[in-house]
Amino acid sequence: MSVAVIRFGGSNCDRDAVRALEHLGIECEIVWHGDGLPADPDGIVIPGGFSYGDYLRAGAMAARTPVLDDVRAAADSGTPVLGVCNGAQIGSESGLTPGAFTTNRSARFQCEPVYLRVENADTPWTDAYDVGDVIEIPIAHGEGRFEIDDDRLATMEDDDRVIFRYCDADGEITDAANPNGSKHNVAGVLGEDDHIAVLMPHPERASLPDIGPTDGQGILRAFE
Amino acid sequence: MTAYTATVTVRLKRGVLDPEAETTQQALERLGFELEDLRSADRFEVDVDADDADDAETRAAEMAERLLANPTIHDYEVEVAEA
Repeated sequence: MSVAVIRFGGSNCDRDAVRALEHLGIECEIVWHGDGLPADPDGIVIPGGFSYGDYLRAGAMAARTPVLDDVRAAADSGTPVLGVCNGAQIGSESGLTPGAFTTNRSARFQCEPVYLRVENADTPWTDAYDVGDVIEIPIAHGEGRFEIDDDRLATMEDDDRVIFRYCDADGEITDAANPNGSKHNVAGVLGEDDHIAVLMPHPERASLPDIGPTDGQGILRAFE
Repeated sequence: MTAYTATVTVRLKRGVLDPEAETTQQALERLGFELEDLRSADRFEVDVDADDADDAETRAAEMAERLLANPTIHDYEVEVAEA
């Protein structure tokens, strides 16, 4: 079997994800959401893009398509699930992961490289890094500001469910290094289990040596 | 069954930043308006045939819970009137 990269109408990072995974030698295939998940995928990527034109809220429509029931069932049985950008919005809208990703503090679409600090290296997604490592990965989103109530955020932090935070080049978590106003600079979080994760930055855009930094490879290696 | 229109208003919870509202306020100020604050909300008008107003309200509230609002960031209210 292989990793299923789910394509919705409006997905636009599906092929990038496939290219990055294939570069790492990970077998994968694009799956049209309406066809449902293939049986027993090795992993699931919910890629970036603008599914359903971001109607209502980014990710709101895709999160309520039948394929997400398949994703939830696969996640429950231990299949690794990664949501990137619009995939992260879909992940939070569907309840796979906590919180919400909403309008950037700037109220603008932002496409730029950012630094992330690894907060928990004891997950499949961060196994390639050490806690405190600073990696450079691009963001490209208009609705990436992580929001959640303070009590739930505190619980998530106590449980080590924040895996990446926006930081400066030295790994300092500062407001200036927070591109979108996310609470506590949160850039990526785990679901109820470690094998479910979402993040706004694009690891697949930082995985091919021909086009720049490759710091995102470690995240995708969770599918090896 | 009676025809009702349920109006669902979805707002950001108090304390949640609303950059679009801030931008809108700035644009109004650029046009010369004086204002203290501005809040935005989404309004959905849902036409339903229901047994009574309570039934219509219950159904619209469930629509808000499951799709129209995101409980992490939103509050909502439902008002029902005969169509």
